[in-house]
Amino acid sequence: MLFYLFKRITSLIATLVVASLVVFTVIEVVPGDPASYMLGMNASEDTVQALKTELGLNQGRIPRYFGWVSGMLRGDFGTSYTYRTPVADMVSERLMVSLPLALSALTLAIVLAFPAGLLAASRRGGAVDSIVMAITQLGVAIPNFWFAMWLVLLFAIKWQWFSAGGFPGWDIGFWGGMKALTLPAIALALPQASILARVLRSSLLDVLNEDYVRTARAKGLTRRQALWRHALRNAMIPVLTIIGLQFSFLLAGAIIIENVFFLPGLGRLIFQSIAQRDLIVVESVIMLLVFAVVLVTFLVDIAYAWVDPRMRRGH
Amino acid sequence: MASTTRKRFRNLVPGAFLVVLFFGAAIVSFFYTPFDVETLNIKQRMLTPNAVNWLGTDHFGRDILSMLMVGARTSLAVAFIAVGIGLLFGVPLGLMAASYRGGWIDEFIMRGNDLVFAFPALVIAIMITAVFGPGAVNAIIAIGIFNIPVFARLTRGASLSLWNREFIMAARVAGKNSARISIEHILPNITNLLIVQGTIQFSLGILAEAGLSYVGLGAQPPTPSWGRMLADSQTLTTIAPHLALFPGMVIVLTVLGLNLLGDGLRDWLDPRLRRER
Amino acid sequence: MKFFTRSVTSLMLAAVFSGSALAAKTDITIGMALEPPNLDPTGGAAAAIDEVVYANIFEGLTRFGADGSVNPALASEWAIEEEGKRYVFTLQSGVKYHDGADFTAEDVKFSLDRARGEDSTNAQKGLFANITDVEVIDDTTVAVNLENPDGNLLFNLAWGDAIILDSASAETAATAPVGTGPFKFSNWVQGDRIDIERNPDYWGEAVALEKATFKFISEPTAAFAALMAGDVDAFPNYPAPENLPQLEADPRFSVVLGSTEGETILSMNNKSEALSDVRVRKAIAHAIDRQAIIDGAMFGYGTPIGSHFAPHHPSYLDLTGNSPFDQDAARALLKEAGVEGDLTLSLKLPPPAYARRGGEIIAAQLREVGIDTEIENVEWAQWLEQVFKGKDFDLTIVSHTEPLDIGIYARDDYYFQYDNPNFKELIGAFNVETDPEQRDVMLKQAQTMVSEDYVNGFLFQLAKTGVANNKIEGLWANQPTQANDLTGVSWTD
Repeated sequence: MLFYLFKRITSLIATLVVASLVVFTVIEVVPGDPASYMLGMNASEDTVQALKTELGLNQGRIPRYFGWVSGMLRGDFGTSYTYRTPVADMVSERLMVSLPLALSALTLAIVLAFPAGLLAASRRGGAVDSIVMAITQLGVAIPNFWFAMWLVLLFAIKWQWFSAGGFPGWDIGFWGGMKALTLPAIALALPQASILARVLRSSLLDVLNEDYVRTARAKGLTRRQALWRHALRNAMIPVLTIIGLQFSFLLAGAIIIENVFFLPGLGRLIFQSIAQRDLIVVESVIMLLVFAVVLVTFLVDIAYAWVDPRMRRGH
Repeated sequence: MASTTRKRFRNLVPGAFLVVLFFGAAIVSFFYTPFDVETLNIKQRMLTPNAVNWLGTDHFGRDILSMLMVGARTSLAVAFIAVGIGLLFGVPLGLMAASYRGGWIDEFIMRGNDLVFAFPALVIAIMITAVFGPGAVNAIIAIGIFNIPVFARLTRGASLSLWNREFIMAARVAGKNSARISIEHILPNITNLLIVQGTIQFSLGILAEAGLSYVGLGAQPPTPSWGRMLADSQTLTTIAPHLALFPGMVIVLTVLGLNLLGDGLRDWLDPRLRRER
Repeated sequence: MKFFTRSVTSLMLAAVFSGSALAAKTDITIGMALEPPNLDPTGGAAAAIDEVVYANIFEGLTRFGADGSVNPALASEWAIEEEGKRYVFTLQSGVKYHDGADFTAEDVKFSLDRARGEDSTNAQKGLFANITDVEVIDDTTVAVNLENPDGNLLFNLAWGDAIILDSASAETAATAPVGTGPFKFSNWVQGDRIDIERNPDYWGEAVALEKATFKFISEPTAAFAALMAGDVDAFPNYPAPENLPQLEADPRFSVVLGSTEGETILSMNNKSEALSDVRVRKAIAHAIDRQAIIDGAMFGYGTPIGSHFAPHHPSYLDLTGNSPFDQDAARALLKEAGVEGDLTLSLKLPPPAYARRGGEIIAAQLREVGIDTEIENVEWAQWLEQVFKGKDFDLTIVSHTEPLDIGIYARDDYYFQYDNPNFKELIGAFNVETDPEQRDVMLKQAQTMVSEDYVNGFLFQLAKTGVANNKIEGLWANQPTQANDLTGVSWTD
């Protein structure tokens, strides 16, 4: 186990180092620089150079890379070129939007998916199953931003129940903030709920076919009792894995939805900063997201290995 | 028996129908569209569906039906080639990892997969387009890169179980090397799996292309694509909702068709896997 | 009849509630399409910075009025000496910054020296290039000495880039602006809004508003929804002309069409192989149907222009007759130039809708006369790097929003690379000319020269399409500079 842990930690670090190199290199070769962007069309070349010096952009790439990495290790993500505020502050502010959005979308997805998946599995082949399968099939096929457009058109413009976008901040109260996140969360949750319901259904069916469930049924449990007492718990492993994946996807993958609703979240921060060539923000935010994903994968692997020693060797 | 057969084709037939329909539309568009999509007619813009323009006209007065037909080429091609990239690179990597299972090559390939997976797909697309500029080709690359680890993992996983089977052992004893075994024995046995996964990735690719185009990172004008039609219509939803309705519906139907086809193919090709996800 | 009674009753009720029972509102929410990256107008070119701070938080020696005139601000009066080479400004006395510091002549020297200094990061450093030194005479008198006589100095000092900062707070202006204006900065929720509030110690006439919020909504659909829901009271630069008819039809709003300084042009790289031939440029000018572009890209809002000059300016000449829409003429010119049916040009389009939509229309129009285009959508950063600096383009569409900026055609190595010595001479003479009549003649010559050389395809003057609750008065109708001046804004009841 210790050796396995050591191996996994080494590869975790290696992944992060390679990722940081990739991110830095790619972002460095992006045409356009923040100083020219900020100063616009009328600025003279010496003004641009002066601003570059002020921003520390005239240092070589290698010292800047190491400066960036060592800063991150100390928890200092640098200062945004255009906003002139610490990146860490910006990120934490944006997380206050992205995190609640991801959590509420996921909660909504789970709330929708569980009854649907259970119902479908317990009435396999029946009308309910067919309906659930048809709806989820459709739910997977609908682009969430297109769905979002209609939500805005109906709920924000026609009926004006919700605002069409923007985020007023949590200082106006919890419900005020949640209200602004409602439509985006629904738009995000629909496809995720569909995926989750399908995974839950099929993993329940898998478990129901396993020997011990059959034995239990042979002992006189009804199908439904078997489902509740045995299958659900055992079917949770793949479901939880999917939920974990969905969470990290929702955290970063909401970029398009954040754009539709112009929410000041992490995804839109990346989008905005790259347009403004605020490179340090782009680099740091991407690294944070990568770190989050890698860490989650690592923890999941460790948890599996701990539960199932066979996993420690290969797969 | 009859009922099982019907069940078996329950997904396959509608799926195949939808896919053929949209592929057909794309192919027909090379020879015929109701109207020319390159000519703008500002005076005729945003017409609602009528006898002449069955699905109405867009904000530049182009016929929406014709735009959808031509747009199908871009959207389908982007997703299709992206799947191709995934197969082309992912499958050999997966085969290689499986044949060197447990060794450093395997480790290297799998960690490489983790690395790509660690980047959210849209972030990859944003980085690529920031460097090379937006365009259909770069959308293909962005989606394709993401397909590589998907196929690599799938291939590796499926191959690993095969490597312990008797017929592989036999081939080994016969003196065939790993590469030959991978190609001659492993690959044919995982083809069905790859076809099914390919269909799924294809449908995800259609959605990805739409999303990328929607935020301006996909095909560039004047090339129509479904996602770009949606992007162009987003500010017009309050005055001409049909501009957003039809491209969106076409995307939904195509993705739905591909998913049904994928499920249907799985049922058909490999009844053992039948579990309708 | 019944309906009539009911509506009268409701009208009366409305009058009771809105008129007498409630005092006029003293807060306002202004919608803006773009969020400023920071709030220091002396360190960035983003128009959104000035749209928040100009005249509200920061002031300069002079300022633009709603009609584009240059008026006194922190300088109450001035005298021009030494034949236009020395300006002596008398400053307002008793002016304090929002943090309580006193405003003095030293601050003027500090600010102007900072803007024109060696390591200045002022985006419009060129405005100050003619200044040789700034001399503090006493606390309320300051002299600006010039290299050459300059008729533009007062105009230049009115720009947002020339505002006066206190040396103690200048460094933090980006995030915590401290100015002398009638409003002070109070809060910034990044990605959503900026709040400002009345400065009780303002030296000038007190403003009617107590609080103002700038709310950033880039998505046109959301902007529409925000107005309809009353989340936003006014949108001085409404981003989606397509929705204006709907808003106009709504009795709650008034739509005000004004002019801006934005000459929207199809810029041509005058030194690229094909476009160095004036006949090709002329052909392109004839191939463009301005009205179709205005209708298609801007939904009818915009004024056609025939040169690089704003139609609302007193010296404007209508030169659209130099390049009417005439496809046959365009084809003939292309044939004459020997590039008939064999011309592919790159067309790089920055993000604004006028460029992206207009570009697609222009591409289709050019195709009709046999010119193919390769469209590439670019972000501003890329545009600046590739088009503006690198001159790696044939065609691009951009709106030049600086006031009275025909002088850019005289710049060396400017991105469209006109490089005409005669024009440079003309502008050189114009810059030192102080006689208004002579200046008028010269401006007309300049417009004509640029138009007749077909330097660029001149498309239209960007319209300012403002939408506001019709109980609001005092918002600028036109846009002589990028600003949302709230000093004269109030609610009518």
